[in-house]
Amino acid sequence: MVAALDRKLLRDLLRLWAQVLAIAMVLACGVMVLVLANGTRASLDLSRQSYYEDQRFADIFATLTRAPETLLPEIAAIPGVARIAPRIESAAIVDLPKMAEPVSAQVISLPASGAPVLNAPLLRAGRMPSPLKAGEVALYAPFAETHGLMPGDRFDAVIEGQRRTLTVTGHLLSPEHIYTIGPGAMMPDDSRFGVIWMGQEALAAAADMDGAFNAISLSLTRGAREEAVIDALDHLLAPYGGAGASGRDGQISHAFLQSELEQLGAMALVIPPIFLAVSAFLVNMVLGRLIALERQQIGLLKAVGYTTRSIGWHYLKLSLGIGAIGIVIGWVAGIELGRAMTRLYTDFFRLPVLIYAPSAWPFVLSAALAMLTVVAGAWRAVGASVRLPPAVAMSPPAPPSFRRGMTDRIGAALGLRQTTMMILRGVTRWPGRAAITLFGVAASISVLIASYFTFDAMALMVDEIFFRANRQHVTLILSQSQTEAVLEDAAHLPGVLMAEGTYSLPVRLIAGPKEELTSLTAHKPDATLSRLIDSDSQPVTMPAHGVVLPEGLAAKLGLSPGDMLRVEALAPPRETWDLPLSATIRQTVGQEAYMSAPALYALMRRAPQVNRIHLRVDAAQYPALFEAAKSTPQIAGITVWTAIRTQFEATINENLTISTVIYAALGMLITLGVIYNAARIQLSERAHELASLRVLGFRRSEVGYVLIGELIGLTFLAIPLGWLAGYGFAALVTQAFTTDIVSLPLVVSRATYTKASLIVLATAIGAALLVRRRLDHIDIVQALKARD
Amino acid sequence: MVFCRKAPRLGATLWIETPMTQAKPVLRTEAVTRVYRTGSVEVHALRGVTMGLDEGEMVVLLGASGSGKSTLLNILGALDLPSTGRVFFRDRELTRASDRELTQFRREHVGFVFQFYNLMPALTARENVALVTEISENPMRPEEALERVGLGHRLDHFPAELSGGEQQRVAIARAIAKRPELLLCDEPTGALDSQTGITVLEALQQVNRDLGTATAIITHNAGIRKIAHRVIYLADGQIAREEINETPIPPSEVTW
Ligand SMILES: Nc1ncnc2c1ncn2[C@@H]1O[C@H](COP(=O)(O)OP(=O)(O)OP(=O)(O)O)[C@@H](O)[C@H]1O
Ligand SMILES: [Mg+2]
Repeated sequence: MVAALDRKLLRDLLRLWAQVLAIAMVLACGVMVLVLANGTRASLDLSRQSYYEDQRFADIFATLTRAPETLLPEIAAIPGVARIAPRIESAAIVDLPKMAEPVSAQVISLPASGAPVLNAPLLRAGRMPSPLKAGEVALYAPFAETHGLMPGDRFDAVIEGQRRTLTVTGHLLSPEHIYTIGPGAMMPDDSRFGVIWMGQEALAAAADMDGAFNAISLSLTRGAREEAVIDALDHLLAPYGGAGASGRDGQISHAFLQSELEQLGAMALVIPPIFLAVSAFLVNMVLGRLIALERQQIGLLKAVGYTTRSIGWHYLKLSLGIGAIGIVIGWVAGIELGRAMTRLYTDFFRLPVLIYAPSAWPFVLSAALAMLTVVAGAWRAVGASVRLPPAVAMSPPAPPSFRRGMTDRIGAALGLRQTTMMILRGVTRWPGRAAITLFGVAASISVLIASYFTFDAMALMVDEIFFRANRQHVTLILSQSQTEAVLEDAAHLPGVLMAEGTYSLPVRLIAGPKEELTSLTAHKPDATLSRLIDSDSQPVTMPAHGVVLPEGLAAKLGLSPGDMLRVEALAPPRETWDLPLSATIRQTVGQEAYMSAPALYALMRRAPQVNRIHLRVDAAQYPALFEAAKSTPQIAGITVWTAIRTQFEATINENLTISTVIYAALGMLITLGVIYNAARIQLSERAHELASLRVLGFRRSEVGYVLIGELIGLTFLAIPLGWLAGYGFAALVTQAFTTDIVSLPLVVSRATYTKASLIVLATAIGAALLVRRRLDHIDIVQALKARD
Repeated sequence: MVFCRKAPRLGATLWIETPMTQAKPVLRTEAVTRVYRTGSVEVHALRGVTMGLDEGEMVVLLGASGSGKSTLLNILGALDLPSTGRVFFRDRELTRASDRELTQFRREHVGFVFQFYNLMPALTARENVALVTEISENPMRPEEALERVGLGHRLDHFPAELSGGEQQRVAIARAIAKRPELLLCDEPTGALDSQTGITVLEALQQVNRDLGTATAIITHNAGIRKIAHRVIYLADGQIAREEINETPIPPSEVTW
C-alpha cells in the first residue's frame, strides 16, 4: 500500500505537471549534453583506438627529399624506436572523364611483400594490388565510391610527369586518412582529393626512387621520449632533405580527430553547468512556493506526529521526482542525438566501424549530477520550512512587508502608475527571484549568441579567404620549384588573365622552448592576387624585414611583434636565421609564416623561385585550362577556389544548421523554464490581488500586465547581460574550435545580437502568455472568499 | 452596449432636502435566480429575487448564513451573472453585457468593500486609492478620499503597517474615490471589533450622505440595520420581507 504522504507526492507531481516538466526539460538539457558529448566522444575515441592498434598507426612521421635505404638501420637503431616503415610518397593528377577539373591525389607505396609494418591500410573491397603488376593500384575507398571506380575499372593519372593508365584492384581505408584533406583545401572533399596505393617497385621506377625512400614513419617503444626520437631522426634525415619529423599531433588526420574529441570534451564541461544551475534555481523557486502554500498542512502533519525528517524527506522526494523525469528525458534525447551525431561523423571521419556505443559512466555521472542539482535546489527551501514549529506553520505567513525606498522616489519622479509600482515593489521585495529570472534569460541569450555567431564567423571567413586574401581563381602547385621564367609559361595557358608566383619552403619556427613546423612563404610586396590581411580584414603592407605570422601561430609560440624568433629552413639552404617578428596577420585557414620575397631570397642567397602559381582566369576557359593542366607534368596539384568555396559553404550550411537548431532549442528551453515557472508562482502568490484588481474594474489586459510585466521587464534588462555573456561564450567557442588548420575569428554581428534577443523575448512572452491565459479562468468571486 | 459615463447624479445638498420620494432605482433585479452546480449537486442560492436600489439609498441585507446575501451582492456588482432573470443598471441590461462591458461598468460605477479588505500589499494607503483614481474619469484626490474616512495621517503606510479597521477604511476610501453611484459592502465590519466597526460604518454613512452613493451593506449584526433607510431580509434565496426605516440612527448609537 502506498503511504498517504506518497500519494500526496504523486498528486502534487501530476497537479504541477507543467511546472515540473518545464524544470525537468531544463535539467534534461544538461543531462542530454553530458550523455551526448561524453557518449559520442567515448564512441569516437574507442573506434579510433582499436583502429590505430589493429592497423598499427605510427607515432612519428617524417618526409624528406630522398634517402638511400642504407640509412634505415641507423634509423631503426635510434633508442626508443620500435619499428620503422619507409615508403615513397608522390602526388598525382587524376584525369576523370566526369570531372572537368583535374583531381589531386596522394600516391603511397606499398611494400614489395606483405602489408606495411605501420599504417597498414584496411581492405574494404576487392584485393590489394599485386606488387608485380605495375599498373595495379588500390584507391581510398570514399574517393573510389564517389567516382564509381570499382575493382577492375581503369583510369588515367599523371604521376611524376608520366601519364599512365591504372587498374583499380581494391578500396582501402587507412588510419592515416580518417580525416582527409587535400592541399589548399579547407574541408574534406572526396571528389577532388584521393589517395592511391601502388606497389613500391612501380612507384620507385616512376619517381626515380630505386633503393631509396622519401617518407618514413616510426613507432615507439613503451616509455620512449618522443622529442628525443624526433631530434635524432631529424638529425639523421637532415642531409637528405628532411622536412622535420612530427609526432601524431602534427599528422593532419589525427590532429583533426583529436580536436573534435577535445571540442566534445569542452562542450561537456561548459554547457551542462549552465543548465544544471538554472534547474537548481527553478527547483528552489517552485518548491519554496509549494511549501509556503502548504505551511498549514505541514503544521498539521507535525501536530499529528510526523517527524521533521519525514516531512523534509517528502518534499525532497518531490524534487527527486523532478530529477528523475529530467534524467529520463535527458538520457533518451542524449542517446538519440548521439546516434544522429555519430551518423554525421561517419561522413567526416572514415573509421572502419563507428557506432554510437556509449559506456555506462556518462549516464551514471549525468544522473548523479542531476540528482545533486535538484537536492541542492530543494535543500534551502525544504530546510527552512520543515523546521518551523507546528504552531507557526499553522498560522498564515506574515504579510510581506514592503519598505519605502528608492522605488518610491523613482515612481513618484516618473509619475508611474500604481500597477507599475506594484511590479517595481515586487522586484525589490524579492530580488533573489528577480536575479534568477535575469540570470536564466541572460544565459538563454548567451547560448543563442554563442551558437549563431558561428555563422558570422564563417561569413567573415568566406569573405576574407575568398574575396580579400585569395583573389586568384586557381592555384597551380608545382612538383618542383622553378625559376620565375615559369610564370611566362603559365601566362600562356588557356584563359589565364594574370599569373603571380610564390615560393614557400618548410621551416621550423623556434621561440625559446616552443617549436612549430610550418612553411615560410616569400610574399611579393606588390602581390595583388594572394594578399595578407589584418584583423580588420584590410590588406597588410608587407614589412621589408622580419617575419609575419598569423595571430594564432604567434600566440602559440608566445610571440608578439618585435620579439625575435629562430627560423630553421628545412630545405636548402638548410640554414638557421634569427629574425624579428615584424607583424601579425589574420589567417583563418592555414597557419603559415610570411616574409617579404626580396628579404627571403637575400637570406637564401638565391634567385627568386616559384613553386605555386596563382592565376586569374577567364571563367569561360576553365575546361581548356584544366585540360592543359592535366597534361602538364610540372603541375602536381591544382586548387580551384570557387569549388572550395562552394563546398565550404555547403558543408557549413549543413552542419551548422543542425547544431544551431539544437542550440537554439536549448537556449529557448531555459527561458521557457524560467519565465513559465516564475509566472506560475506570481500567479499563485498574487491570485488574490489580481482578482481584486478585476473587481475594481481593471481589464484583463491590465491585470495581465501586472502579472507578466515584471517578467517581461526583467527579460529586457537581461538582454544586455546576455550580450556580454554571449560574447564571452563565443570567445570560448572560438578557442574550442581553433585547430592548426582553422582558427575561427571572434566576430558577433548586430544581426546575431538582435536575433538572439528577439527569439528569447518572443519565448519569454510566449511562456508568460501561457500563464496569462490561466488568468481568464480565475474565479473572481472564489478568489475573494478566502483570505489567502 | 456602452454605459454612459455621465450618468445623471444628484447634488448632495439637493438630495438631503428631498429624500426618498423622488428617488429612482439605480440598480434593479427581475426574478433573479442563481444555481450552483458542483458535480451532480445543485444548490439554489437565489430563487427569484426582484429588488431595486435607489439613488442615495442605504440598504442593509440581513439573513442567515447561506441565505444568498453574497451571491446577490456579487450579481448586483456584476462580479457574477444570474442563472435566470435580469439585472438593470439604470436603463442598461447588465445580464446582456459582455465581459468587457461588465468590467467597464465596475470600473466606472461600482465601489466594493469586502470583509477581508483586499488591499494591494505592495502599495501604500495613498497608492491603493490612486490605483483606482488613475483609471477613473472624475475621481477625488486620493488624499481627500482618505481624509473622508479619517486616515489623512496614514497616507504613506503599507497595509501591513495598518490595523484592521484602518485597512478597511482604506478599502472604503478606495471604493469611494471614483465617486461611484453604487457602493457594495459584504460584511465590512465582519473582521472588526465593535469600536472599529463603528468608525467604519460612520465612514460609510458619511459617504452615503455626502455623495449620495447608493449603498448596500451585508451584515450578520442585526443592530446595524438601524442605520439604513431600508432593510431586506433574505431567507433561503428569497426576499422574506422588507422594512423601511424612517429615521436612520448614527452608527455610534448602534447596540453591537
Ligand atoms: N461557488 C459556489 N459553489 C457552490 N455553491 C455555492 C458557491 N457559492 C455559494 N454557494 C452556495 O450558495 C448558497 C448561498 O451562498 P452565499 O455565499 O450567497 O451565502 P451568504 O448568505 O453570503 O452566507 P454567509 O452569511 O455565510 O456569507 C450557499 O448554500 C452556498 O453554499
Ligand atoms: Mg456571504
